[in-house]
Amino acid sequence: MVQSTDLSQGRSGTIAMSAAAVETSTGNRGLQLEERLIFEYAHADRSGVDLPEPPKVKDRLGGLRRRGAIGLPGLAEPQVVQHYTRLSQKNYAIDSGLYPLGSCTMKHNPRLNERMARLPGFGDVHPLQPQSTVPGAIELIGELAGWLTTLTGMPAVAMSPAAGAHGEMCGMMAIAAALRARGEGHRKTVLVPESAHGTNPATAAALGFTVKPIAATADGRVDVAALKAALGPDVAAIMLTNPNTCGLFERDIREVGDAVSAAGAYFYCDGANYNAIVGRVRPGDLGVDCMHINLHKTFSTPHGGGGPGSGPVVLSARLAPYAPRPWVVHDANGWRLIEEGGAIDGEPLGRLKAFHGQMGMFVRALAYMLSHGADGLRQVAEDAVLNANYVMARLQVALTPAYDGPCMHECLFDDNFLKDTGVSTLDFAKAMIDEGYHPMTMYFPLVVHGAMLIEPTETQSKRSLDEFCDAMLHLARKAKSGTAADDFKAAPRFAPRRRLDETLAARKPVLRWRPTNRGPDDGPLKQAAE
Amino acid sequence: MATVKYTDEHEWVSVENGVGTVGITDYAQEQLGDVVFVEVPDVGRTVAKGEAVAVVESVKAASDIYAPASGEIVEANAALADAPGDVNLEPTGKGWFFKIKLADPSELDGLMDQAKYDAFVKSLA
Amino acid sequence: MRYLPLTDTDRREMLATIGARSIDDLFRDVPPSVRLPGPIAGLSSHMGELEVERRLGRMAARNIAASDVPFFVGAGAYKHHVPASVDHLIQRGEFLTSYTPYQPEITQGTLQYLFEFQTQITMLTGMEVANASMYDGSTGASEAVLMANRVTRRNKAVLSGGLHPHYRSVIETTAHWQGFRTVGAPVDADGIEDLSALVDKEVSCVVVQNPSVFGHVRDLTPLAEACHAAGALLVVVVTEVVSLGLLTPPGDMGADIVVCEGQSLGVGLNFGGPYVGLFATREKLLRQMPGRLVGETVDADGKRGFVLTLSTREQHIRREKATSNICTNSGLCALAFTIHLTLLGERGFTRLAEINHATAVRAAERLAKVPGVKVLNETFFNEFTVMLPKPAAPVIEALAARRILGGVPVSRLIPDAPLSADLLLVAVTETVTDADIEALATGLAEVL
Repeated sequence: MVQSTDLSQGRSGTIAMSAAAVETSTGNRGLQLEERLIFEYAHADRSGVDLPEPPKVKDRLGGLRRRGAIGLPGLAEPQVVQHYTRLSQKNYAIDSGLYPLGSCTMKHNPRLNERMARLPGFGDVHPLQPQSTVPGAIELIGELAGWLTTLTGMPAVAMSPAAGAHGEMCGMMAIAAALRARGEGHRKTVLVPESAHGTNPATAAALGFTVKPIAATADGRVDVAALKAALGPDVAAIMLTNPNTCGLFERDIREVGDAVSAAGAYFYCDGANYNAIVGRVRPGDLGVDCMHINLHKTFSTPHGGGGPGSGPVVLSARLAPYAPRPWVVHDANGWRLIEEGGAIDGEPLGRLKAFHGQMGMFVRALAYMLSHGADGLRQVAEDAVLNANYVMARLQVALTPAYDGPCMHECLFDDNFLKDTGVSTLDFAKAMIDEGYHPMTMYFPLVVHGAMLIEPTETQSKRSLDEFCDAMLHLARKAKSGTAADDFKAAPRFAPRRRLDETLAARKPVLRWRPTNRGPDDGPLKQAAE
Repeated sequence: MATVKYTDEHEWVSVENGVGTVGITDYAQEQLGDVVFVEVPDVGRTVAKGEAVAVVESVKAASDIYAPASGEIVEANAALADAPGDVNLEPTGKGWFFKIKLADPSELDGLMDQAKYDAFVKSLA
Repeated sequence: MRYLPLTDTDRREMLATIGARSIDDLFRDVPPSVRLPGPIAGLSSHMGELEVERRLGRMAARNIAASDVPFFVGAGAYKHHVPASVDHLIQRGEFLTSYTPYQPEITQGTLQYLFEFQTQITMLTGMEVANASMYDGSTGASEAVLMANRVTRRNKAVLSGGLHPHYRSVIETTAHWQGFRTVGAPVDADGIEDLSALVDKEVSCVVVQNPSVFGHVRDLTPLAEACHAAGALLVVVVTEVVSLGLLTPPGDMGADIVVCEGQSLGVGLNFGGPYVGLFATREKLLRQMPGRLVGETVDADGKRGFVLTLSTREQHIRREKATSNICTNSGLCALAFTIHLTLLGERGFTRLAEINHATAVRAAERLAKVPGVKVLNETFFNEFTVMLPKPAAPVIEALAARRILGGVPVSRLIPDAPLSADLLLVAVTETVTDADIEALATGLAEVL
């Protein structure tokens, strides 16, 4: 039995039942308001929009008019606004406070970015308008491309990937295309360090590569000796995250790049952690062949509850010819979009998505870059690294760092300090919720037992970090007292919901509301606990 | 009396009249946690030793189950579709996965017996 | 710098706590040869809000916005009116600046709206289960083919000649690099293709768009039957989701997987992205569906709550065995979509669809009266194809010079099909007025 595991959530068996039942008649607790589903408001006659009578015409639907109702609920605008406002109040967010989710880079999302993305000249233009009517939009893509290539020291960038994982797909396709063009399509092995994001092996496997894991050394870096031993004539590429998922800079990265290149393979860099080095190190100087950039991490575009992302991929000269359509070019006639063509040696590179990329994210990222400038972006990396090292320095008196510092933009602890306390990393995280914090990333990277990956980002003040560290030290001391395990198991107690039964959710999946679940439209909110 | 053997992937196989019944051990179900889904192989499928033939999933883990020997799948435990928790409750009883008609029973010779497996589990602690 | 709270005093104190002499000390693992001594040359220095607004505002002002002119551009992205409260609500920081709901106790807001979103998608499409969204319609279509390949254990997809050429290209790119075959049917501008002859025992799925990229509305029931008889799946793509307010849903015609571009509701044009892919299927195929899923459960107090579920299909657990490498969905666009649809409700949504269709019918009737213009469609929803007496691309440029954005020349989507050079796709939504239709008809008459 070989397991693929994510231990980041609990089992129902570990959920302690609450003694503190809700005592209000409404189920609300002050500002924490219970909220029914939109379907439980159900009045098909209501609407939150006023639309005119449609013009009378003879329809052209070929007899395919829908029969019967769709079943959508009707709500007036005030109900809609209240519904989503109440839902929003059940979410923790960067705007609420420190959100130390390691590897996800929850930095402040400037509202200027939002205003710029909504300028009609960007937000209200169609991708298939004549190019002559959108020169400023094409210029914006071109200017952002210029910032990305200059910052990374790479000659080209593919702008269309919709997110980081999509960018990985793009970069690995470019590598596959380059290998085929060289007549070396037989290279089918991709080396991936054990600590990598799950997307790396998933991407490589989807493209037909065989994934070969590379071990880590005791100091949290890729084992260069093991890597070199694995580099053979069958190796297509290495996928390496730098700074890596343990929050450490791969000291031997130049050596890795040289060895990979000498072996005839390509160097894919996962740029998820580029925010730690932006403006201080150019990946192009590290021997990288391609790297995706998560605009929502390094360049502050909003995370939006899990997307949309945007994952431009910078490419070395030897991979640049294999970028997907479309391209943005600048010539004597200004900026232009090349939508067709680009096939190399009969290898169609094709499209990765319809249209030209995540324009809304491009505007936000460029607004952020212009705001910071080259000087400010360098400061971003420095403050991010300083904040992470500060948290590590303050916490290491009670928590156990997985590796020696300095770290880069995030600091990693294992669960050694919880040994014999009866408190797990999961319990500790849930207790953080009661203290008013979003937990750090848990149980990732997989190479560290009970991992706690903390990324404060550069947009937190020293006071904010101090308060966070005080809370963490308090919890660590409490856990080590040996008498508080039940308290930890019962956490969270003050969140909109207590621990949720994931076993029930998975054994009997309920993935949509059905009319049989309907609650009363007025009166006390139905608690669907059956 | 059936003989029960164990693989180092924490599967058990109980052989009777040339047919092996396969499941996962108590140790394995403990490691997985609450089982929420089991995918069993189609009856009639011919499998090779070491081939992945079933999948067991808990909330946060998924594991492949391998054929302990070559042969033909002659029965699969359809009841697990509605009651995956049987794997937790009775891993060596009604939580069995599939039955395989062994092509070559000697393929099982290298597997562990109860005592060896118990020692193996102890060594993992 | 306004986004950076640390002061120089803070920095000194923090370095002292760490026991580092300088910031450079913290970067000591970086090989000295690649450390940059100062800001990267060739890029501007930091700017205030006003300067950034001026600079980007100038760029934006050079573009013609859809709301400012008679606008008939569609082909996979549609201009619709988005109620003010949608944009207000999605900008609430608790939605905008939250992440994937990994901690369900403090992200019930995101989880509940995704559960509602999934339910709405099943209702619109007539399917049983839907995921929490994909990047967009085109990538969703490609994922649908991969899913069909897994389900049927076959690897040949038939692509309709009425499928949006970008979607076709995305599927072909995926096919080329992920190792499956595609059979592309000829361009079907007239909406008469019969794909059932192409469905053999090797085919995993047929991908068909309804209404087609040329606007034709077809009954897909016979095609669904042909697919099922051959053991293949029918994948139906809908690029104009508003059409589902008026048309028989794909689920009622036998579709096995339905993929929609959801941009029409809540999202806006955004020059091509971000958009939101809707993905729905049959319950029995659930385990092979890509993407995130939200499910209902109870918490330790027995209260109803929501969690991400069935995540063992996903990359962070299955790694190289995952159903897809996708990590993010399109959360915020899904939120905009679901809020807009909630505002519309049954009555608003079906009426919106009626208005779109009726306005388009009037536009088609008016354009048919322009000398030399022929409307190809018998049937359509809010977009149809017209044949011009000369190539469409320069005509569109000439109209643009008159500040009329008259549609999408088919040659923009299919540059290598000379027979299509005179074809123009014209989209007509509720934002189009009688005056706009008259402007287009008059403009066309002038430039033809």
